[in-house]
Amino acid sequence: MKTKIDKKQLKIKARKLLFGMNFVDGLVYKIVIYTLLISFSYIYLYPVLFMFVNSFMSVNDLINPGIKWVPTALEYSNYTRAFAVLKLPDSIFETTSYVLKVTVSVTISSAIIGYGFAKFNFPLKNVMFALMLATFILPSQVTMVANMVVFRNLGLMSTQNAMIYPAILGQGVNAAIYILIFYQFFKTIPQVLMESAEVDGASQLRIFLRIAIPLAIPSFIIVFLFSFVWYWNETVITSLYVGNTITLPLKLAQFRGTYIELFPPGSPGSALNEAIILAGNMVTILPLLLLYFVAQRYFVESIDRTGITGE
Amino acid sequence: MKKVFKPIKTVLNSISSFFKMIGSSIHKGFAWIKKHIIKGYDLWYDWHIRKVEPILAKIRYALTHNFLYRVDGLTHIYFSFIKIKVTRKRRESFYGYMFILLWLVGFLIFTLYPMFYSLYLSFHEAYYRLESGVVTTFIGFRNYINIARSQFLLPLFGSYIGKMFVSVPLVVVFSILIAVLINNPIKLKGFWRTIFFLPVVISTGPVIQELTNQNATSLPSLQNSEILSYISRNLGDWIADPLELLLTSMLLILWYAGIPILIFLAGLQKIDNSIYEAASIDGASPWDRFWKITLPSISPLISVAVIYIVVSMSLFVEPMGILDQARIHMLVGAPDDNRWNGYGYAAAIAWIYFLLMVIIMAIFVGAVTLKRREK
Repeated sequence: MKTKIDKKQLKIKARKLLFGMNFVDGLVYKIVIYTLLISFSYIYLYPVLFMFVNSFMSVNDLINPGIKWVPTALEYSNYTRAFAVLKLPDSIFETTSYVLKVTVSVTISSAIIGYGFAKFNFPLKNVMFALMLATFILPSQVTMVANMVVFRNLGLMSTQNAMIYPAILGQGVNAAIYILIFYQFFKTIPQVLMESAEVDGASQLRIFLRIAIPLAIPSFIIVFLFSFVWYWNETVITSLYVGNTITLPLKLAQFRGTYIELFPPGSPGSALNEAIILAGNMVTILPLLLLYFVAQRYFVESIDRTGITGE
Repeated sequence: MKKVFKPIKTVLNSISSFFKMIGSSIHKGFAWIKKHIIKGYDLWYDWHIRKVEPILAKIRYALTHNFLYRVDGLTHIYFSFIKIKVTRKRRESFYGYMFILLWLVGFLIFTLYPMFYSLYLSFHEAYYRLESGVVTTFIGFRNYINIARSQFLLPLFGSYIGKMFVSVPLVVVFSILIAVLINNPIKLKGFWRTIFFLPVVISTGPVIQELTNQNATSLPSLQNSEILSYISRNLGDWIADPLELLLTSMLLILWYAGIPILIFLAGLQKIDNSIYEAASIDGASPWDRFWKITLPSISPLISVAVIYIVVSMSLFVEPMGILDQARIHMLVGAPDDNRWNGYGYAAAIAWIYFLLMVIIMAIFVGAVTLKRREK
């Protein structure tokens, strides 16, 4: 009699443990979710892991079909070669200084523009705002043909100014998103704050500099990080307007050619293999990876800030 | 003992007094400099007030009280007959324009003008010459007709459309799936989000290029499977190519899901939890809850995500893809070159590409919103 009840209770308990009160809080559901997440993230990270592991392999490991994930020995010379080809560490400073210039100008200008759209009413504002958002859809490749002519006439071709001037004027890469981020943020600042400052005799510029900007620092960080990453990764427009070797990813695009120049075929141990190229790739994305892991929170918050989910 | 120490003491004393002397002289020196700076500033200020300020005031007066521009209280008078009264509304719109002036100028110079100019160029045969700039001759729609006849470009456009129609729904479904998974009460939420957002940070043209070269963009099990060869044997090129591309670059296509995942996640977090509770009390299963609550409440975001995905996919320039072709036509094209056809042709390619992109976007967004209306 007693054992029967125990069995019944045990059964109920086990059921509760496995499926929960509601299925969602049960063990089975959890296991399913974690399995899915882990397998998806494996699929997701596979190229990165592949790149990371293979960049440490020697030629023999690359050829050997039995070696997939764990190299027999860590081949650091891949990295020293990649460093030489990409001209590190000079090129990293070069890239960073160029990207910083563009990024700072795009951040400041989109803050100003976003403030203008958020805080003032003026005729044709809605039309202009719609046009501003529409520039996101318009690919820069459509306008590149005519932009080449414009830049040539302005004498900006093949200088960094060809990227900086459009950035200052709010037409940089993905500038619509940054303006939208600032617009949404400045909308949330209560108008009363501005009005009281105005009553105290502050000019509009002063209100912007002293009240709006200090409040908007998180938005500044987000926009700065995103535009840094996107300008770092932008290669097509940059190589067309500025030059072929200005940033690290552009140097990476010419990796093979540079390698043959530096280590001409025939010199001992000179053959270019995939491991060296992958080491170059790792080096190129490493600064961004570091930046991402340091400031991960801001990247992930960004979408909330654009307000496209509709508050 | 004392005799021994005395000389040392005197030396030390002399040293300390020496430093004291130096210290006091430095102090005195600074005081002197300070005094003179203040004196100089006072002199300058005096001169400024007495001599410069009246002149400045006169200039200011002349600038605001002349024939061209006059200020009378709150009214600004131009040419003595255009009278503009400064109201609060007008001042506000003036400041608004001042703030967006940057964008306005940039939009006109770097977006609107190039857009129309490239449209203009696409109806011309245009080449760049060093001495005379761009030389154009009007040829009507011939660029577009030539593209439509091109044996090389047409298949590229076809496979672009195919790729879009196959991969955009895939990315949308995948990102909704991941967002729903992450939105569950799981441990290390931030960690998972970090992983799925990672590709946005590191996906740059050359890196993706290299990964594609190394076959790292498809799972090894998919790569050499029978399905692939079966597909390419038995289906037409126009459908087999996109499918093959889908299978071989599966991971890259999924990499586009980074930002859509965040979009959907933000939407999911806005759903009130009490709706779910009410539904589960009424006996709805998790499956029902997903289809009846979760999906309808994030469906407005699907069109946002679709726009983002289409734009970011179209903007990725693959070597020998359409955009790369346009670039080469532009850079290499010359009147006597019969392979590369110059600026006009490149502009026409870009415009067709843009129109296709907008049409695809409109179809997807239309499909999503229509479905929503029906319900």
